[in-house]
Amino acid sequence: MHGDAPSPRRTASRNRRRVLLKVLRYLLLTFLAVVIVFPLYITVVNSLLSPQQIASRPPTFFPIHPQWGSYSTAWDAGHMSEYMLNSVIVTAIITVGQVATAILAAYAFAFLEFPLKRALFVLFLATLMVPFEVTIITNLTTITNLGWYNSYQGLAVPFLATGFGAFLLRQAFLQVPPDLKDAASIDGYGHWRFMTRVAVPLARPTVAALSVFAFLGAWNQYLWPLLVTKDDRYRTVQIGLKQLSSTSLDQVNVTFAGVVIAALPLVVLLLIFQKQLVRGLTAGAVKG
Amino acid sequence: MAGVTFDRVTKCFGDVVAVDDLSLDVFDEEFLVLLGPSGCGKSTALRMIAGLEEPSEGTIEIGESIVNDVEAKDRDVAMVFQSYALYPHMSVRKNIEFPLRTRKVASDEREKLVHDAAESLGLETLLDRKPAQLSGGQRQRVALARAIVRRPKVFLMDEPLSNLDAKLRVQTRAELIELQRELATTVIYVTHDQVEGMTMGHRIAIMADGKLQQVGPPQAVYDHPANLFVAGFIGNPPMNTVSGPIVRTASDPAGSFGIGVEGTVIPLPAGHCAAIERSGAKTVVLGVRPEHLRPATEGGLVATVAVIESLGHERHVDCRLADGQMVISRLSSSEPAPLVGERVNLTVDPLELHIFDGVTEEAIETT
Repeated sequence: MHGDAPSPRRTASRNRRRVLLKVLRYLLLTFLAVVIVFPLYITVVNSLLSPQQIASRPPTFFPIHPQWGSYSTAWDAGHMSEYMLNSVIVTAIITVGQVATAILAAYAFAFLEFPLKRALFVLFLATLMVPFEVTIITNLTTITNLGWYNSYQGLAVPFLATGFGAFLLRQAFLQVPPDLKDAASIDGYGHWRFMTRVAVPLARPTVAALSVFAFLGAWNQYLWPLLVTKDDRYRTVQIGLKQLSSTSLDQVNVTFAGVVIAALPLVVLLLIFQKQLVRGLTAGAVKG
Repeated sequence: MAGVTFDRVTKCFGDVVAVDDLSLDVFDEEFLVLLGPSGCGKSTALRMIAGLEEPSEGTIEIGESIVNDVEAKDRDVAMVFQSYALYPHMSVRKNIEFPLRTRKVASDEREKLVHDAAESLGLETLLDRKPAQLSGGQRQRVALARAIVRRPKVFLMDEPLSNLDAKLRVQTRAELIELQRELATTVIYVTHDQVEGMTMGHRIAIMADGKLQQVGPPQAVYDHPANLFVAGFIGNPPMNTVSGPIVRTASDPAGSFGIGVEGTVIPLPAGHCAAIERSGAKTVVLGVRPEHLRPATEGGLVATVAVIESLGHERHVDCRLADGQMVISRLSSSEPAPLVGERVNLTVDPLELHIFDGVTEEAIETT
C-alpha cells in the first residue's frame, strides 16, 4: 500500500462534489438556453394565436388552435414575396462580393511580398474599429452622387469588402504549409491557380463561416436599406416587416408571422452551417 | 537528364549569408548528397536549384543553360519535401497527376503515366485515398511518385526520410538508391544524416556555415577528411581529436619528432613529420578514428574507462584522458573489453593518424 493513496471516504466526497458541480453547470446552461430561446418561441407561438389571445392575461404559451391564416395574410398583404426577393438579391451580391474580395486580399497578405504589407494590414484591421454609423452619411452622399440611390448597387456596393473577412481568411491561409506553395510553384501553378485549387479548398471551413457571417449581416440590415431606398421595388424584408407592423396594428399576430417568415432563411442556413460557423470563429486559435 | 553547376553562388537573407561562394558541379545521372548540420545552407542551395530562392550572386546552370532568371515551373526539376507537401484535399491519384495537369498532358497519356509511377512505387491500391488516410511511408511514396511522374531532368530531395521511423528509413533508403539507378537521373539529396550521405550518394558534398567543406566519394571523405569539421562530422562515433605542440627529443631519428599529448609524446612517422614541416604548422591536431584506437597493455595514452556502450555487434569504449578530454575506442563485440573505471593504455598505428593544422584546421596531407 502507498501511504499517499486517497481514502475511500475522500474519493466518495470528491465524486459527490464533481457531480454537484456538473448539475450546477447544466442548470446554468439550461437557464441561459431558455433566456435565448424563449423570445424565439414566443414569436412563433404569437404568430399562431389570434390578436385577442395575444392580448389576454395570463398569456398563452401554447397555441391549442393554431391560426395558420396569419402566415398567408403576412405573405400576401405584407408583400413579403417582393421584399424577400430583394433581400435575396442584395444578400447574394453582398455575400459573394465579400467572400471574393476577402479571398483576394487575404491571399495577398498571406502569400505575397510587397512594400508596406504590414502597414496595409494594420490599416485593414483599423477599419474594424470604425462603426458603420460613422461612415453612413459619407456613404449615402457617395451613393447618391453615383446615381445609385434607390437601386441594388446602392444597397450592396458599400458592403462588398470588409476588413474582418480579409483578417479571418488571412489567418486561415497562414495555416497552409509553405511547402505546398513551393511544391505548386515547381509543379507549374501560379498564384491564381494555387489560390483557387489549393489555398481556398484548404480554407473551406473558414470560407463557409465567412459566407454565413456575410449572409447574416446583409440579411439583417435595416438602417442602410431604409436610407437608400424610396419605394418598394428595392426595399428589403426588414423594412417590409416594419411596414407590416405599422399597417396591421390590430393584427399583431400577422406581424409575428412576418417575423418568422423573415427569419426562416437564417434558421435554415444556421442549421446547415453551424459546424463551419463555430470552426471558422475558432480557426487559428490553436495549432490544428 | 542534366547536370547542375553552381558557379560562385552566394545567397544572403539580409545580413545573414546562407550560402557563401559555392562552386560545385553535379554530374549528369549522379546521386549527390548535400550533407551538413542544420543551418549550414544546404536546403537553401537546393531551393536555389528549384527556383524557390534567387541567388544573390553567381550563376546556377542546369544542363547547359543558366537558370537564374528561369521560373521554377520552367526548370524541369521535381522536388520531394521533408513534409511531403501533398495536397490534403486531393486523392493520391490527383496528387500524382498534379504536375501533369499543369503541363496539359492529354488525359489518356496522364492516366498511363500515373499508373506507371504508382506501379513502380506500389501505390496502385491507394490511388483513391486521401493523404490523411496513408501512413508516413505511403505518403513519402506518393511524394516520390509525384516527382517521378513527369521524368524531370533533376530530382531534388530535401530530407525526405526525416519523418520516417528508423526501420522504414533503412528500407526506403535502399529503395531510393534503386529508384535512382532505374531512372538513371540526376538526384541532389539534402540531409543532415551522415548515414544517408555515406550509403546513398555517389559523392557527398559537406557544408558548414554556408561554405562547401569537401566534395568526394563517401569513402574517400571518410578516409581523408579535408578539415577538422569534416573529420568530426563524418563517422559515428566521430573521429577522436587531441591537440598538442611539436616536441623534438634527442632520441628522435633524423627529421622525426613527436606530438606532446598529456605528458606523453606520440612519435610520428618520418613522412608525417616532413608534411608538417612543409606546411609550416606550429601546432597540430591529431585525429584518429575510434576503430584505430586500441586498448593495449602498455605505451600510448593513459586513460580511464568512463562508459561502455554496447550496440550488439560492437562496443564503444568512452575513455577520459587525464585533462578531461574524452576519446572513444570502437571494439568488435568479440574482442575483450575493459571494465568501467579501469585504467587503459590506448595505442594507435601512426599510419592511421590524421593530422590537421592547429590554426587553420585544414588537413595536412601526408602522402
